[in-house]
Amino acid sequence: MTNETVSLDNLRANQPRFSGLTSGHRACLGCGQALAARLVLEAAGPDVMIANATGCLEIFTTPWPESAWRVPWLHSLFENTGAVAAGMEAALKAQGKSTRVLAFGGDGGTFDIGFQALSGMLERGHEVLYVCFDNEAYMNTGIQRSSSTPHAAATTTSPAGRARMGKRHLKKDILSIIAAHHIPYAATASVAYPADVRKKVRRALALPGPSFLLVHSPCPLGWGHEGALSIEVARLAVETGLFPLVELERGSVVGVLPLREPKPVTEYLKLQGRFAHLFADDPRAREELAHLQALADANIERYGLRATAGGLDTESADTVRRGGGQWA
Amino acid sequence: MRQPLEGSQAIARAVVAARAQVVAAYPITPQTHIVEHIARMVADGAASCELVSVESEFSAASVVLGAAMAGSRAYTATASQGLLLMGEVLYNIAGLRVPLVMTVANRALSAPLSIWNDQQDSMAMRDAGWVQLYCSDNQEAVDTTIQAFRIAETLEVPVMVCVDGFTLTHTLEAIELPEQEVVDRFLPPYRFARALDPLHPKTFGTLVGPEYYAEMRELHHRALLAALEVIPRVDEEWAAATGRASGGLLRMEGDSEARTGVLTLGSIFGTLADAREVYADCRPLRLVHLRCFRPFPAAALRAAAAGLERLVVLERAISPGAGGIVTAEVRAALAELDRPPQVHGFAVGLGGRDVPLDLLPRLLASLPPRPGPFRIFDLDVQKLPEGGS
Repeated sequence: MTNETVSLDNLRANQPRFSGLTSGHRACLGCGQALAARLVLEAAGPDVMIANATGCLEIFTTPWPESAWRVPWLHSLFENTGAVAAGMEAALKAQGKSTRVLAFGGDGGTFDIGFQALSGMLERGHEVLYVCFDNEAYMNTGIQRSSSTPHAAATTTSPAGRARMGKRHLKKDILSIIAAHHIPYAATASVAYPADVRKKVRRALALPGPSFLLVHSPCPLGWGHEGALSIEVARLAVETGLFPLVELERGSVVGVLPLREPKPVTEYLKLQGRFAHLFADDPRAREELAHLQALADANIERYGLRATAGGLDTESADTVRRGGGQWA
Repeated sequence: MRQPLEGSQAIARAVVAARAQVVAAYPITPQTHIVEHIARMVADGAASCELVSVESEFSAASVVLGAAMAGSRAYTATASQGLLLMGEVLYNIAGLRVPLVMTVANRALSAPLSIWNDQQDSMAMRDAGWVQLYCSDNQEAVDTTIQAFRIAETLEVPVMVCVDGFTLTHTLEAIELPEQEVVDRFLPPYRFARALDPLHPKTFGTLVGPEYYAEMRELHHRALLAALEVIPRVDEEWAAATGRASGGLLRMEGDSEARTGVLTLGSIFGTLADAREVYADCRPLRLVHLRCFRPFPAAALRAAAAGLERLVVLERAISPGAGGIVTAEVRAALAELDRPPQVHGFAVGLGGRDVPLDLLPRLLASLPPRPGPFRIFDLDVQKLPEGGS
C-alpha cells in the first residue's frame, strides 16, 4: 500500500491500537510520560497533529535526525503550546479539515510557564485536547520544584534539610482552575489505568470544544523509585486519594473512580526517595505526614471517592488482561 | 481608483486582499486600528479569515506560527512592547522557517513609557532572522504587505513590514488599493511544502546537537541572503502588475551628481524629499530610502553611494553605549569601497519627536568636516541635568 491509497479510516481499522509514539526513543526506564503519551495516541491517532511543549517528552523523542513520532508533530517553545495548538486548530477550521489537534505539555509547561497560553486557548473555545503529563517537577532540567510538586516533596530547588521539609507550598489545584473555564470536558487520569486513559481521550475528542486531561505520570529518576515500580506508584497515588481520578463536564463533576478502601498515604510515600525525609524520627516529619494524609482525606471527601456497596472500584475497574481481544 | 484611507485601514484591506486565512493579534497602540479594521470586515462578512483575538502578543505570534505550520496563510501585527514580548517566538518562527507576515507599527520602547513613533522596537529584533522591510508611505505599506506574503512563501522565511506608528498608521492618504484579481494573480493560494499533514507525518522543532546546529544556522543565513534577489524581483513583478514599485532593496531620489547623501528608513524619507524641494540650498542632494534592512543590502548600498563624498544616516533608534545601529552597518558596508564616503550618523525623532522640514538644512549646515561620534541630532540640551547622566 502506498500513502496515496491509504485513507485514514483504513489506517485506523488496520491498526486498532494505533501506535503514534513508537519505540526507540530515549526515555528513562519506567518513564510514565512515555507510556502516557503512547496511550493517548492509541486512542486519538492517527488523524491528529500535535503541538508539544519543551520538556522531557520533546527531548527524548526527537534527537535530530531521529524521531519517534508517527503523527505530525511540532515543538515550538516551552510556554506557548496552548497558543500554537490554537493556531493549528484555527488553520484546520479555515481549511475545513477534521484533523484533531492535541497539545502535549509537562506540569512545568502547563501549571507554570505555559499557563496563560493554555487559559487563553480554553477561553476562546479552540477544539484542542490539551494533555498535561504531570510528573510533578521540572524533570528535564533536573528535578526542580514546580507549582505541581506535592507538598513536602524534595526536589533540587526544594530540598529537605535541617531547616526545611521539602516543598513548603501546596500542589496547585489545576483541575479546579481549568474547570472554572467551563470547558466541555476536563479529567484526571493515571498511567496505572491505561483503559481509563484511553476512554477519557475518546470522551474528550467526542465532545466539541476544548478539553483537558491531566495524566499522572511517575518519573522514577525524579521521584526516587525503581523504574519497575512506576505503575505501582501511580496506582497508589490514586488509591490513597492523593491523585483522585475525576471527570468534569462544564465544570461539574460527572464521574470519579471510587476507592473501596483508601490506603494510607504512607503506602505511596514510602516507595519514593522524594519523601524519604518524612520517615525520619522527627516531629516535623510526622506533622507533614499528617498534613499529606489530611490532603488525601480532603480529596476523598471533596470528590466523594468512597465506593458505595456494589459500585466499581480500583480493584476491578481496570484489570489488565493479556492475550486476546474479548475484553476490548 | 485612489481613495482616501487611513494607513491602518489600507493595510487591513491589503491583508484581506492577500486572503490571509488566520489572523491573530493583541491590541497595542498604534497597531490597534489595523486589527480593528480586519475584525470589522470579518463581522461584516467582507473577510473570511479566522480571527483569533489572543490574550497576549506572545500568543499572537504563537497562534500564527501554529496556523502557518498547519497549512494556512497567517498574519499578525504588533508594536513596541508587544514586539518585545513576541521576541522568543519571533526567533523560533524564523528558525523553523515559517512563512508569515507581520506588520510592526513602529513605536518607542519603555522606559520611559512612550506610545509615539520611533524604530527602536523593530531594530531590537533585527537579528531574529526575519526579513525587515520599511515603508516610507502608506501606498508602500499596502503594496509591501502583499509583496511580503510572496517573499515569505517563496523563501520560507517570515517577513516584518515596518510602518511608522501614527505617522503612517493613523494618517489618511490617497491610496490605490489593488483589484482582487490582480492580487490573486500575484499571490497564488498558500502552499507550504512542510505543512503538518497526518498522511505524511513529519517532526518539526527537534532538539539539534552541536553536530548539526551550525549547519542549520548557515541554511537560515543563506535563505535571508537569497532574499536580496527575491525582494527586488517581487517588487518588479508587482510593478508590472500594478504600475507601482515600492523600492526594491533601496530607493534613491534627488540628484545623481550630488556629493552629499542622506539615508533613512521609513516615513522620514518623505519629509526629506519634501525638504529637498523646499530648500534649494540643500541641493544637489541624493536621498536613499533603505527599504530592506534585513537582509542588509550591502552591494546595493555601495552602488547607491557611488560618487558621494559624505553620507548622512538618520535613524530612529539608538544602541545605548554604542551609538548608531544603521550607521554602523552602513559604514561597514561602504568601507569596502575604494573611496568610501564619510558616514555621519544621527538619531532623530526618538519617542515621536517631530521631524520638521527644516531639520534638513539645519542638519546639512551643521555637519563637521569629519564625522563626529554618533549623537541624537534633535536633542534639547537645556532639558538635560547639568553634568548629569
